[in-house]
Amino acid sequence: MIYRETGQFKANYQDDQALFPIDQDRYVIFGILFITFAVVPYLLNQYWLNAILLPFLIYSLAALGLNILTGYCGQLSLGTGAFMAVGAFSVYKLMVAFPELGFIPMVLLSGLITAAVGTLFGLPSLRIKGFYLAVATLAAQFFLIWLFNKVGWFFNYSASGMINAPPMTIFGVIVTGPEANGVAKYYLVAAFVAVFALAAKNIARGRIGRNWMAIRDMDIAAELIGVRPLIAKLSAFAVSSFYIGMAGALYFAVWLGSAEPTEAFDINQSFLVLFMIIIGGLGSVLGSFLGAAFLVILPIMLKNILVDGFGTDSALSAHIEIITVGVLIIGFLIVEPHGLARLWRIAKEKMRLWPFPY
Amino acid sequence: MNMLDFLFFVEVTLSGLMAGVMYSLVALGFVLIFKASGIFNFAQGVMALFAALTLVGLMEKFGFPIWLAIIGTIAVMIALAWLIERVMLRQLVNQEPIILFMATIGLAYVLEGMGDILWGSDVKLLDLGIPQGAWEWLYIRGIYIEKLEMFAAGTAAIMVAFLAVFFQKTRIGRALRAVADDHQAALSVGISLHTIWVIVWSVAGIVALVAGIMWGSKSGVQFSLSLIALKALPVLILGGFTSVPGAIIGGMIIGVGEKLAEVYLGPFVGGAIENWFAYMLALAFLLFRPQGLFGEKIIERV
Repeated sequence: MIYRETGQFKANYQDDQALFPIDQDRYVIFGILFITFAVVPYLLNQYWLNAILLPFLIYSLAALGLNILTGYCGQLSLGTGAFMAVGAFSVYKLMVAFPELGFIPMVLLSGLITAAVGTLFGLPSLRIKGFYLAVATLAAQFFLIWLFNKVGWFFNYSASGMINAPPMTIFGVIVTGPEANGVAKYYLVAAFVAVFALAAKNIARGRIGRNWMAIRDMDIAAELIGVRPLIAKLSAFAVSSFYIGMAGALYFAVWLGSAEPTEAFDINQSFLVLFMIIIGGLGSVLGSFLGAAFLVILPIMLKNILVDGFGTDSALSAHIEIITVGVLIIGFLIVEPHGLARLWRIAKEKMRLWPFPY
Repeated sequence: MNMLDFLFFVEVTLSGLMAGVMYSLVALGFVLIFKASGIFNFAQGVMALFAALTLVGLMEKFGFPIWLAIIGTIAVMIALAWLIERVMLRQLVNQEPIILFMATIGLAYVLEGMGDILWGSDVKLLDLGIPQGAWEWLYIRGIYIEKLEMFAAGTAAIMVAFLAVFFQKTRIGRALRAVADDHQAALSVGISLHTIWVIVWSVAGIVALVAGIMWGSKSGVQFSLSLIALKALPVLILGGFTSVPGAIIGGMIIGVGEKLAEVYLGPFVGGAIENWFAYMLALAFLLFRPQGLFGEKIIERV
């Protein structure tokens, strides 16, 4: 009754082609944006902003990036952690070398640098497919992390091999470094995520996105109807790496503040983001957010329940946590292999018909 | 190249071959499961860790003699295979490969946590009386070869021979190959998929036990044992996911390449290249043969 397109007549093509053609969707999106920017920062304390919302938003951006590659274009990648590291180290070098550039252009630039690196490592995808490709992307993972560990130029020859984010300001407000306020960081990251989530939704339904999906569904058939695999696959790698690079830059500069390549960007990071898009839903922008929310909040919740609630010692609770995550992942895949986004789609179908069952 | 350099080269090559065989032991388990069910089992490394932990646990905590502990561990691995089939695989029939792959990563998490809770996460020594130290016959001729690695190579050879006979000659082996070839056709001639899966996961569990014993004897039973799965992946793509001989030969190529690169190339680029070199080597091979050296030719049609 409430949620359906009946009666919403489109008088011109622009309306018909709108990003959210149904009015209710549009209201919900505006509502979410309003809550994100006007309500949340004033309602929640620093702990919530710093420990839960920041990682959630940053991982959402990374998940969006991987979803473009894996969900829309069907190329399985296990190199996400390394591409995030490329973004992080690019933004670090830019911050140190050209501090007058401004933080937002720096993040965009480091995204572009990551896109270039990602395209390079995407080249094998033209020849290799499926799990062979997944293992090939592991080459990127291990090689890049090794590079960031070994070549002193990347971490400015600091003795510990760590990189630390110097304080940067946007319009006079500090957004990186230890003095930065949680609210400022939150606004910055939320703005990035909002802009690029809308962009992703737009790209995905446009010509490029359709080419990606054609490649995903069957690359030979796509080639026969005139999709050029070289351009489609490499553009997916580039756009995906652009997102992941920005996520990596924000992850290091805004959230962590300091990072060390083997710890912060190892292969578990790649798996974590992959889990997010699988649990959230492959080929869905909404799914990237749901998956990120699930996997960011779940471990924090488990830890709180186990350590504070039952007083389990932290080593045992770490083991229980890892088992629970494993069981939940398997359980999710069994119950709904198409992810949380699929549940939302089913709910939407039901709502259109409500109160009638058929 | 003088004699000493040449001997050194031979030594590096031989030890690379032996290390490669150790990788092959892990890769074998991957191949078995991929062949029979099309599942890319990421948990193989953790299975090796779990098997080794169980073996050590049975020997230390319950004081089992070696032979009984090994039998007990095999029983545990078979029970585990049955459980995995019952709880996980049965529910995931006909899902896309990536979903199954993800499920095995979940399984890896569960096994890792369980192993730690059951047997503790400290480093354990595994001593089954496998000979260790240098092999004297070659040592006096100037080449250092670890006895343990010779032993591992021998074991791998026996295991491959056994698996080959098992696949080619026995009734179950034929059923396995039928399932690998075509699930539906196999079902329609009366082969039970569920039984086959339990069997193949059990065999993979036993292979994991062997790998766990060899690696555990070499470097102690500890968490890092599960990371050998990452070492086995380049072996797999080099040899091809579906080929048992591919796993062995791929392992040898990777082992030799890695050792040679480490010795002759490593000093120039700052060392520690063993983490990625194998992957780059495998990637270079793949560009010429996208299905691996011995993988089934990929036939694509619309």
